[in-house]
Amino acid sequence: MAIGDLALGHEQSKSAVADADRRVVNDFSIQVATVNGSGSQSANSVLLRSIFGMGVPVSGKNLFPSNIAGLPTWYTIRASKDGYVARRKANDIVVAINPETAKDDILALPAGGVAVYDESMNLKQYRDDVACYPVPFDKITAAICPEAKLRKLVRNMVYVGVVARLLNIEMSSVEAALKKQFAKKQKAMELNFGAVKAGVDYFNEKLTKHDPYFIEPMNATKGKIIIDGNAACGLGAVFAGVTVVAWYPITPSTSVIEATIEYLKKLRVTEEGKATFAVIQSEDELAAIGMVLGAGWAGARSMTATSGPGISLMAEFSGLGYFAEIPGVIFDVQRSGPSTGMPTRTSQADLLSVAFLSHGDTRHVILLPGSVKECFDFGYKAFDLAERLQTPVFVLSDLDLGMNNWMSDPFVYPSTPHDRGKILTAEDLHRLGSFGRYEDVDGDGIGYRTLPGTDHPKAAYFTRGSGHNAKAGYTEKPEEYVEVMDRLVRKWETARTLVPEPVVVRNGYSKVGILAYGTSDFAIQESLDELKKGYDAEPDYLRIRAYPFSTAIHDFVASHERIYVVEQDRDAQLASLLKLDLAAEQVAKLRSILHYNGLPLDAETVTAELVAGEGL
Amino acid sequence: MATATLPPKNSPGPKVNRLGLPILEYRGGKSTLCAGCGHNAISERIVDALFEMGVQPERVMKLSGIGCSSKSPAYFLNRAHSFNSVHGRMASVATGAVLANHTMKALGVSGDGDTASIGMGQFVHLMRRNLPMIYIIEDNGVYGLTKGQFSATADYGSKLKTGVINDLPAIDTCSLAIQLGATFVGRSFSGDKKQLLSMLKAAIAHKGTVMLDVISPCVTFNDHEGSTKSYKFMQEKDEPINEIGFVPSFEEIDVEYDHGTTLDVTMHDGSSLRLRKLLEDYDPTDKVLAVKTLMQSHENNEVLTGVFYVNTEMPTFIDLLNLVDSPLGTLDQLQTKPAREVLDRMNASLQ
Repeated sequence: MAIGDLALGHEQSKSAVADADRRVVNDFSIQVATVNGSGSQSANSVLLRSIFGMGVPVSGKNLFPSNIAGLPTWYTIRASKDGYVARRKANDIVVAINPETAKDDILALPAGGVAVYDESMNLKQYRDDVACYPVPFDKITAAICPEAKLRKLVRNMVYVGVVARLLNIEMSSVEAALKKQFAKKQKAMELNFGAVKAGVDYFNEKLTKHDPYFIEPMNATKGKIIIDGNAACGLGAVFAGVTVVAWYPITPSTSVIEATIEYLKKLRVTEEGKATFAVIQSEDELAAIGMVLGAGWAGARSMTATSGPGISLMAEFSGLGYFAEIPGVIFDVQRSGPSTGMPTRTSQADLLSVAFLSHGDTRHVILLPGSVKECFDFGYKAFDLAERLQTPVFVLSDLDLGMNNWMSDPFVYPSTPHDRGKILTAEDLHRLGSFGRYEDVDGDGIGYRTLPGTDHPKAAYFTRGSGHNAKAGYTEKPEEYVEVMDRLVRKWETARTLVPEPVVVRNGYSKVGILAYGTSDFAIQESLDELKKGYDAEPDYLRIRAYPFSTAIHDFVASHERIYVVEQDRDAQLASLLKLDLAAEQVAKLRSILHYNGLPLDAETVTAELVAGEGL
Repeated sequence: MATATLPPKNSPGPKVNRLGLPILEYRGGKSTLCAGCGHNAISERIVDALFEMGVQPERVMKLSGIGCSSKSPAYFLNRAHSFNSVHGRMASVATGAVLANHTMKALGVSGDGDTASIGMGQFVHLMRRNLPMIYIIEDNGVYGLTKGQFSATADYGSKLKTGVINDLPAIDTCSLAIQLGATFVGRSFSGDKKQLLSMLKAAIAHKGTVMLDVISPCVTFNDHEGSTKSYKFMQEKDEPINEIGFVPSFEEIDVEYDHGTTLDVTMHDGSSLRLRKLLEDYDPTDKVLAVKTLMQSHENNEVLTGVFYVNTEMPTFIDLLNLVDSPLGTLDQLQTKPAREVLDRMNASLQ
């Protein structure tokens, strides 16, 4: 199947063959259909950066199978003069390189779309309402690349050339993108640029443009950076001074750690060549979080990154972290579940299980980044919060945010010093005489801790997941147990005041409000414009950025008549979590817009559901 | 054997060690285990060893899993931080703690269920990393807190109180540890004061992973006729392969020994481990022979004890990580937070 959830047949409209006057500039989607393992990633990245280089806002999404090589994969590039970065349901241009899916790929195009394909596939037979550009890729490649084993890779750059010419992308921009991609590899650069030029030449000699799609220069990307969410999380962690990283590989979180390792090696080695960090690939996720907690207990800033199945395995230790009050940071890059689910598809369906991960009365602090910039900011802040609150802090990202490239404003240096929380030193103990590890001295529910190795005979305490009292002694006494459990609730209320406040995108315009978090934001931002233009509707919108929920979220619900909770899971997990928090009379206001097919949320879905719900 | 104690200065007070600390400072809380439990004897030997080696109590981290054995860190060395974690997962917690502070001595206490059943996954990986720590299995072959089920170290043919016979082979944690990369591996018996104390002192001097399987009879559920982990069985079947002598680095080596019958191993801290052969041709630096000897002992229904394997050359996991000297956990942000210009550079490279 083609990855688009609209399979438009050509019977839909035969009259829509591009009318000569129609001109679509900087506002369309290109889908490149290839076979995974064929090295198309760098070609797609060059295409994306070429458009970026033209100053046009752009986003890219890789829709790939859980497979090393041989299965179909799609890369979608959206150029949007208005800066929309959400997935679009339908694509305007397809580059059909994979013979296996080519027929479906061209059938999925809307009337008036564009198809670039290998001429041997003769796709024109399926659509007479699509502008077709057949290209003899093998012949062109063979002519410019004498080395047979390189042809598979170079062939991809030929379509970059064809598409660049087709859309009027300037060659200087393609060249700059190639330089970025091949950094210091001069030979590869030359070979690939040759392939691009061969694609352009072929177009000039044999093809005539007969479609309305153009890229024209803008000035909307100046100063912007391009990065994926996982790398941004890793960079945030490195600036947060992470010292112990324990992990087990799992899609789609693996690149959080790979990026972290790369940055650590670059930025955190002393002049003497010694590492100020330790990275350990553990035997499984149980061990990864065990190491994170062991390190956090002994004073390190520690982290792991995982996804759904790993989160399930971390359940028992997460409860220990909560109850024994040990800092640690866990990045969960969500993918579709349940069970193995669809490992290379996106989702927001871990929210509830993470919020209460483990048995007993357990609750966890969760940060919910909604952009690569927030991946960086929260990747940093999570460590401060974990140590301030002495508890595991989860950062919930998703595959869409984590593994795709996004345009962003440059990251801002976190100027506040690292907050190491309440730690007593030997000098403190000389002054105090002794301390009770779980005593609520300050009334904020957070006790003082000491680190192993503190040079004072009264520094030590006994850490345990079993019942303990304020002095960290073992207990089964009802009142002592309750004292600790109630103090943890006080700490939860402190957390509510420390986590990132929600972003109020719009408030006070409407009786209707939208609540959402994370990557749903991209689609909602676009949907808000659609609603205004198409329906003269202006719902308010608040984007949640953390759990526990700030009182601002309660206020937002209270000040609206109907609240649409938009989320990317089947079971309305965010709405459920809100219902636990809200007063009874507020709960009835919530209704859900749910999206859970593994593809990123699109604006059309949000708009359609809101329109239906409101009877617009 | 000489100990590390010094006569107290000008007073007939309690005996103190080289740090001037009396043994009281190495003790823990009152044990809540059964009277006669082997684990209590092991706790006492740990106290003796740390006292005699003159280890600063605050420089030790105690770690454990869940079970009777894992409770015992509460019964020794109150002045050290302790972490009683979750069942079968002490190894990972210890690993994290050692990475955060490699300047401290990590002492893990586990049981046979905690290690060889639920904890096997983490145990084997700890061994292969040669992480600097002492890992003690207090091994009684049964689950005590849940009232006497077999564990995975119960010997084939051993009988429960209820009459149930174990019909599965035992997991030999020592041969596993040797195969996988632990660099100091031994077995002892909680009832053998002298052997266990010497072994523990040598363990403290060793730099890599020390794995000690200490047979520790469960007086309530596994000390009856037909048990292969009872006091009586051990008294009859315990076959030491070597006699262990230990001379700490801070003592003069003045005892002559026979080079033909005794192997002298210089430990990392300069102390001497002297192993007098009791089993003919046994060489505790030969990994293959060690595993072979252990496998043979199972065939012969013997319980071998002693230091089976020692290797002071292997780099530890900490060596491989090339860490800074200070503990990672106490580095300040001057060392861990890259400067503003670094982020500016990163931003520029992402444009």
